[in-house]
Amino acid sequence: MSTNLIQPDLGAPLVRAERPMFEGADWDFRTIQRCHDECEKIAIGELGLDVYTNQIEVIGTEQMLDAYSSIGMPLFYKHWSFGKHFSRNEALYRAGMQGLAYEIVINSNPCISYIMEENTATMQTLVIAHAAFGHNHFFKNNYLFQQWTDANGILDYLEFARDYIMQCEQRYGEVAVERLLDAAHALMNQAVHKYPQKRATDLRMEEKRERERREHDEQVFNDLWRTVPGKGNARTDPTAVERRRALLQLPQENILYFLEKTAPRLAPWQREVLRIVRIIAQYFYPQSQTKVMNEGCATYVHYRIMNRLHEKGLLTDGAMVEFLKSHTNVVFQPEFDDPRYSGLNPYALGFAMMQDIERICTVPTAEDQQWFPHIAGSGDPMAVLRDVWANYRDESFILQYLSPKLVRHFGLFHVMDDSNEPNLRVEAIHDERGYRKIKQALAKQYDISWTSPDIQVVDVNLAGDRKLILHHRALNRILLDERDTRMVLQHLADLWGYDVLMKEIEPGTDAVLKEHAASPRPGIVQIEPT
Amino acid sequence: MHIVDRRLNPSGKNLANRQRFMRRAKSQIRKAVHESSGSRSIKDADQGGEVVLPSQGVHEPTLRRSSSGGIRDHLLPGNKEYIAGDTIQRPPSGGGGGGSEGSPDGEGEDDFRFALSRDEFVDLFLEDLELPDLAKRKVVNAEAVVYHRAGYSVSGSPANLALMRTVRNSLSRRIALKRPKPDELQALQDEIDALKDGSDEPRRIALEEELRRKQRKTSVIPYIDPLDVRYKRFEAQPKPVAQAVMFCLMDVSGSMTEHMKDLAKRFYVLLYIFLKRRYKNVDVVFIRHTHQASEVDEDTFFNSPETGGTVVSTALEEMQKVIADRYSPDNWNIYAAQASDGDNTASDNDKTANLLTRVILPVCQYYAYLEVGRDSEHFPPGFIRRDSDLWQTYSSIIRAGAPMAMRKVGHRRDIYPVFRELFAKKQGAEAHAE
Repeated sequence: MSTNLIQPDLGAPLVRAERPMFEGADWDFRTIQRCHDECEKIAIGELGLDVYTNQIEVIGTEQMLDAYSSIGMPLFYKHWSFGKHFSRNEALYRAGMQGLAYEIVINSNPCISYIMEENTATMQTLVIAHAAFGHNHFFKNNYLFQQWTDANGILDYLEFARDYIMQCEQRYGEVAVERLLDAAHALMNQAVHKYPQKRATDLRMEEKRERERREHDEQVFNDLWRTVPGKGNARTDPTAVERRRALLQLPQENILYFLEKTAPRLAPWQREVLRIVRIIAQYFYPQSQTKVMNEGCATYVHYRIMNRLHEKGLLTDGAMVEFLKSHTNVVFQPEFDDPRYSGLNPYALGFAMMQDIERICTVPTAEDQQWFPHIAGSGDPMAVLRDVWANYRDESFILQYLSPKLVRHFGLFHVMDDSNEPNLRVEAIHDERGYRKIKQALAKQYDISWTSPDIQVVDVNLAGDRKLILHHRALNRILLDERDTRMVLQHLADLWGYDVLMKEIEPGTDAVLKEHAASPRPGIVQIEPT
Repeated sequence: MHIVDRRLNPSGKNLANRQRFMRRAKSQIRKAVHESSGSRSIKDADQGGEVVLPSQGVHEPTLRRSSSGGIRDHLLPGNKEYIAGDTIQRPPSGGGGGGSEGSPDGEGEDDFRFALSRDEFVDLFLEDLELPDLAKRKVVNAEAVVYHRAGYSVSGSPANLALMRTVRNSLSRRIALKRPKPDELQALQDEIDALKDGSDEPRRIALEEELRRKQRKTSVIPYIDPLDVRYKRFEAQPKPVAQAVMFCLMDVSGSMTEHMKDLAKRFYVLLYIFLKRRYKNVDVVFIRHTHQASEVDEDTFFNSPETGGTVVSTALEEMQKVIADRYSPDNWNIYAAQASDGDNTASDNDKTANLLTRVILPVCQYYAYLEVGRDSEHFPPGFIRRDSDLWQTYSSIIRAGAPMAMRKVGHRRDIYPVFRELFAKKQGAEAHAE
């Protein structure tokens, strides 16, 4: 790790506390309160963070395992897959093969952080600094979360979802609901709007607009326009196919949304269940795009707060060493040839980048002046960081802020694996010619449109055979996993009620690389005898 | 900031999810349990533990990219020697430029492992098995008592105060005796206060009189009278405790090898687990015999060697004695399992058959005879090379319709199927005979 120590803000006078917040590992609720208050003073007063009200919940191991399997949410509907995850986590945990997270934090207002009862007082302080201030600030301020999630309503919505699905189970049977949820879960990754939606056209608005247009035409009618030359046949009527596609808002990448609105044979409650799954998927959408930033932000914040607490004499030296040990574990990045290597650690990358921005703002080098003229030497790292945390996601953040120094520090290199070539090729390394390439390639790895397959519903003839046609644009010739795709398409066909065809298309040439097809089975929707 | 202590919240929120998962994967889990019961030592058979399912059945598919083919970019940390333009041999696993890629869901083609609790394990293990219909449930001297709610009583401990009932009684009494309500008193008082200016003196005096009367009435008629108080009444009911005793009879003469004893032991353990599930109290009696029989403890039963001839009837006599001494058939469900290699002194066969039909079988719920053979002697069920003395003797008894079953076992993997066969649901006693 780089060793640049955090400089305390010059404005804040250093008053050493008479007594540390706690000594030893034991804690009680008063200790937690004190830790929170001291962290708050630093987070709000010195770092200028802006957070939701905190709610800290103390839970035991069993409850942590519970929370794990329902994607960290305190309440969730029932489904066997959560039981499966629970069983696996439990088995791993009991066998000592997997530790449990120290905390789980929920993007809600008030912001709920779970802390484990087994943690020591130092760990609780760390967790509060990390989750209750770091993540909390990020949730409240990042534009993706503001745009896509509703922190005030999520818990109420989850409660509604749980109760609704429970009622459905009572009314239509557990088996029917389970089959529907299985199918919906299989399509969950294709159930997010990646871009803000066009307002759905409803009939009355359409009519009104049509009438207004006609009135306008009548008002400005001038027969002379007819005689103006040059227009020709530029405006032809859209063909039936295009019109149909426009009506169904095709192409559509949000498959569950499409099914909810258009699938011909679903019952109203089934549409509502699809909607629930879709809304929950959308709620988690920002989290998948901000892993590096979110963890980087939280780790940077806890690092600042803990150091500051120690300077103020609120943390004992022993506690500080304990903190540093677990902090170092968290931001450890094994190298690619290390058996422990399993990809870039978002904590390590995020934390290093945040620290690097601080360094660029305070003690820039000539290189930094050249790469980051707008922030180098600005002297106010927190202002820059707050702006970064609010306005970027992983992809844009890395593209903008990965400095040559960090590329060198991590020894990043870019390897290209083309299955048509016999060997892998090193495209770029951490040198002058490589910085920009590596930055772009790394940013791409965090770009959701590169990492998740591009699948769209492109056409369906509702008046004809109702066959649903999807396209997968196989970026870089990477096809879909055959076995899984077959299973998911089967689910999709079950929901749609008619045949489904998926074509894998090579972008650019539009050549069809592969096709998958599925026909519905009876079960979710009633299939008429043909 | 709020701190909420959730530690006391009910845990096991995921129980319903887990049950759904178990139901979903039931056939696979059952298969896994049966397979694992072959490999694990039967002593731990009821301990629960890890089962491994093939990932296929509980797989959750998603639309994801396949892990091979196409053009892929890898960004790796820790460059030491490479420079741009270098070529690297493709790693054999196709995992990319080093490092393990793994599949996105972190699960891959691996099998799915998870742990079953003891109860879940035994449930699956003994699923579809049933004790023979004859099971009698005996009440033992009202050893256990269960309290049931039984109406209300006028006396009791404060902890059992039936608040609703008490207040209801008090309310009806107050209505019946026309106890003035606080509102009425307040209204009267207000009216009197309004008349304090002397505008209508006679009415004020009348009102004051009425108020006094009502106040007196209030003090005479209490809000809650001892008459109103009711307590929840509980009645003690004796709870039937079904109990069973299991007799393990084994031939320990020289002809019984360690392997045979091991088979017998496995069978006993299964039977014990099974009985334990159906009966709250299960006693186990170990009787070993050569040419003479004695009751011993478990360790001696299985481990200490003994030499001598083989006289089966001695064991039955010993069992008869123990039953007479300690386990009255009126109070106990009696099960017996006998394991032997089938040898018996020829002259003893008649005596054994006699004892069995006259004395033992009438008091037994079930009598199982397990003939253990050498591993090498294993042959398919139904194919019998030469029936042993005991086998012939017992066959004739079973033909007479006694509640008894017998099986041959040559290898430990057969134990469990044989056990299941013996106790499979809805099987009449006569069907046990071969």
